[in-house]
Amino acid sequence: MSNAFPPIETESLSRGRLNLLGSALGPFLTLGIVILFFAVTDQIRENGGTFLSQRNFRTISVQTATVAVAALGMTVVIIAGGIDLSSGTTVALSATVLAWGLKHNWPWAIAVAAALATGGLAGFLNGALISLLRVVPFIVTLGTMTIYLGVAKMIAEETTIRPDQATQVPHWLQELLSTRNEALWLGLPLGVWLALGLALALAAVLRYSVFGRYVYALGSNESTARLCGINVPANKIALYTLAGLFVGVAGMYQFSRLSSGNPTSGLGLELRIIAAVVIGGGSLSGGRGTVLGTLTGAAIMAVIASGCTQLGLNNPVQDVILGVIIIAAVTLDQVRQRRMAG
Amino acid sequence: MPALLRMTGISKRFGATVALRDVALEVHAGQALALIGENGAGKSTLMKILSGAHPPDAGEMLLSGERYRPANPHAARLAGVAMIYQELNLAPDLSVEDNIMLGQERQRLGWLDRRAQRRKVAAVLERLGHPDFSPETEVRRLSVGAKQVVEIARALVMEARLIVFDEPTSSLTQADAQRLFEVIGRLKQSGCGIVYISHFLEEIRNVCDRYAVLRDGSTAGSGDLAGASEQHIVSLMVGRTVDELFPQVPHTPGGVLLSLTGLSGRESPREVSLNLRRGEILGIAGLVGAGRTELLRCVFALDPVRSGQVRVANYAPSASPRARIDAGLGFVSEDRKGEGLAQSRSIADNMTYSRLGPYRRWGWLALRQRNAAVRNWINRLSIKARSPEAEIQTLSGGNQQKVAIARVLHQEADVLLLDEPTRGIDVGTKAEIYRLMGESAAAGKGVLFVSSYVTELLAVCDRVAVMSRGRLRAIRPAAEWTEETVMACAIAAERT
Repeated sequence: MSNAFPPIETESLSRGRLNLLGSALGPFLTLGIVILFFAVTDQIRENGGTFLSQRNFRTISVQTATVAVAALGMTVVIIAGGIDLSSGTTVALSATVLAWGLKHNWPWAIAVAAALATGGLAGFLNGALISLLRVVPFIVTLGTMTIYLGVAKMIAEETTIRPDQATQVPHWLQELLSTRNEALWLGLPLGVWLALGLALALAAVLRYSVFGRYVYALGSNESTARLCGINVPANKIALYTLAGLFVGVAGMYQFSRLSSGNPTSGLGLELRIIAAVVIGGGSLSGGRGTVLGTLTGAAIMAVIASGCTQLGLNNPVQDVILGVIIIAAVTLDQVRQRRMAG
Repeated sequence: MPALLRMTGISKRFGATVALRDVALEVHAGQALALIGENGAGKSTLMKILSGAHPPDAGEMLLSGERYRPANPHAARLAGVAMIYQELNLAPDLSVEDNIMLGQERQRLGWLDRRAQRRKVAAVLERLGHPDFSPETEVRRLSVGAKQVVEIARALVMEARLIVFDEPTSSLTQADAQRLFEVIGRLKQSGCGIVYISHFLEEIRNVCDRYAVLRDGSTAGSGDLAGASEQHIVSLMVGRTVDELFPQVPHTPGGVLLSLTGLSGRESPREVSLNLRRGEILGIAGLVGAGRTELLRCVFALDPVRSGQVRVANYAPSASPRARIDAGLGFVSEDRKGEGLAQSRSIADNMTYSRLGPYRRWGWLALRQRNAAVRNWINRLSIKARSPEAEIQTLSGGNQQKVAIARVLHQEADVLLLDEPTRGIDVGTKAEIYRLMGESAAAGKGVLFVSSYVTELLAVCDRVAVMSRGRLRAIRPAAEWTEETVMACAIAAERT
């Protein structure tokens, strides 16, 4: 064979690592701009100067933890070319199951396990229906979204379940996302550390595991995956189940924040979860998305909410700004992609 | 009389890559110019400049003697320059008429003027020699060839003076291609200038009057086709004399490796039986739609098998692609973009998807080890790429095809099922693929080679089978076939 072509470069591994950062660069930039904007306006304002405090960032991290954890699962689904509209009501369903278990004096370990299993089962059902019925994920999860809402209402008998804080809810669960000084551990509450740990683990799975490769392969071109002998249905079910487990954790977070299980508390949450992934560079046509990007996306939304509140902007204004950011972030990302391709 | 189109000194660079350097091109009214060159020679960039998709960095374009510098593809269309792409731009759910008039609807106060439209459409179809076309037919129900006529008709409605055809016959049947040549003949007669891009040299002789060859972004030569030999044109393309277009690697057939008995799919294949031996290249000829692709897909369990058996070395694997891969089959799809390769994933991923086993440790991937192996294959197949991490879509068609073939080689498949592996790629890469097939046969593998290009089948294969209407009509040593007898067999059986 001829040796006419130049030898290929050897530092491709380090290049790969750069790419990992590169694809999250856009969202990072947006986050930086958003923080800068609110920091400056906060300084100018009278009685301001609290925005850039450690305390404020702690609060932001706690507020975004629920969406962020569920968005980690959604990242996997979206990379694989799917979507999960049921994630919002599943968060509420898991929280309801947890509340119901504690209310009935289950040991906390079993109640928590049941909550996580509920999330996993919901995801498993999504994956199985999508694979076996061959109906598009949007429709399947649109259906399961209301199914899970209904199930949660049945469990809660159409009310809100409030286990007794003093006797039924374990201390650690109450403090999971608390910003009280006693609840902190190295500056952050346990729940935030857990979320970061899960993010790290998921990033490793996506990048370094065989399953991770298959997730990207499915989203990039499902036909190719099939042709290469990848078991498409099994991997789909697995990835939706994995996403469901993350949603289960998010349910536990929600319970911890509300200290109750409310079946309707997850309505609309799925849109914020999807928004986090999309702002973070995930592509709804599949094949693209990163854990780092998703976390950044979730952080951007939380910073905007917090910043607006401090500036005294009301809720409707926040909604408008968030919407603008979603469109702007995705547009920016596409422009960047096109430039890289050209 | 000035040339219809004159391009001079066209240069274009993308970042550090020079795509075109001082290219000149001339097209005369009523003539067809063949634009020839290997993949990556700059043909598509040049045509993108002509159609207004890219501005040139330098150079001048004159259309009918007037300065021509389209700001975008729409401006080019208005100026009378139309492109007919490989992937047709039609709305499948709309009718023939609606597609032809799309964007140029005849209207009265915002309402469609159906009668005026119908007159226009009829006139255009008449001019193309297809007055029998029903304008109400939904486009999705048309054959690829008929769709192309619709696309050309649309260009004529825009009063196109110069029409560019980019590989127009690559997905046409022989009969449709013949009809296309007639249409192009009519276009020439009515004074249109044609730029015709194709890899098929004999087809070019059918259609074109002059040729221009691009190599590495520069004009390598041009002239009248009448006096130019095939050897001469090919040597202009590759920049060296190609003493053999079809490199031969000696190999001798051994025992039976793959045997099909009465294999039937949903519609085709129908009761196909054949034996592929070790060290053999078995070609499968036939018209498009003869069931050749379906046969390979059935063998690889991508399509459901209704009856019959597939045995690999006397073992009948179960019906899933995974089981077939494990049994030693490797499949290269004819549809690189849609199925063959995950375009947004890396070379490394695409090459190893079908066999990640060697790099798997408790479910984790040994990336360093895999990259080393992939780099090895990149060098062995001379794939032009920045690194194993480069995305597939950044590669040229020929290099993408090499990755697809590298996948089945990396997979260590015993039986290579190759579906149109040389379609749409340049002469140099074709020769390399023939050599790879020969080397695989010499190593004791079996190759099932589906192609619509009979010349290559006869040159490369040990035996050639002809299919039509899902059935295997004849199978003989390549030496006992000629191009005429192969086509006669494919067509004769088609008619009965």
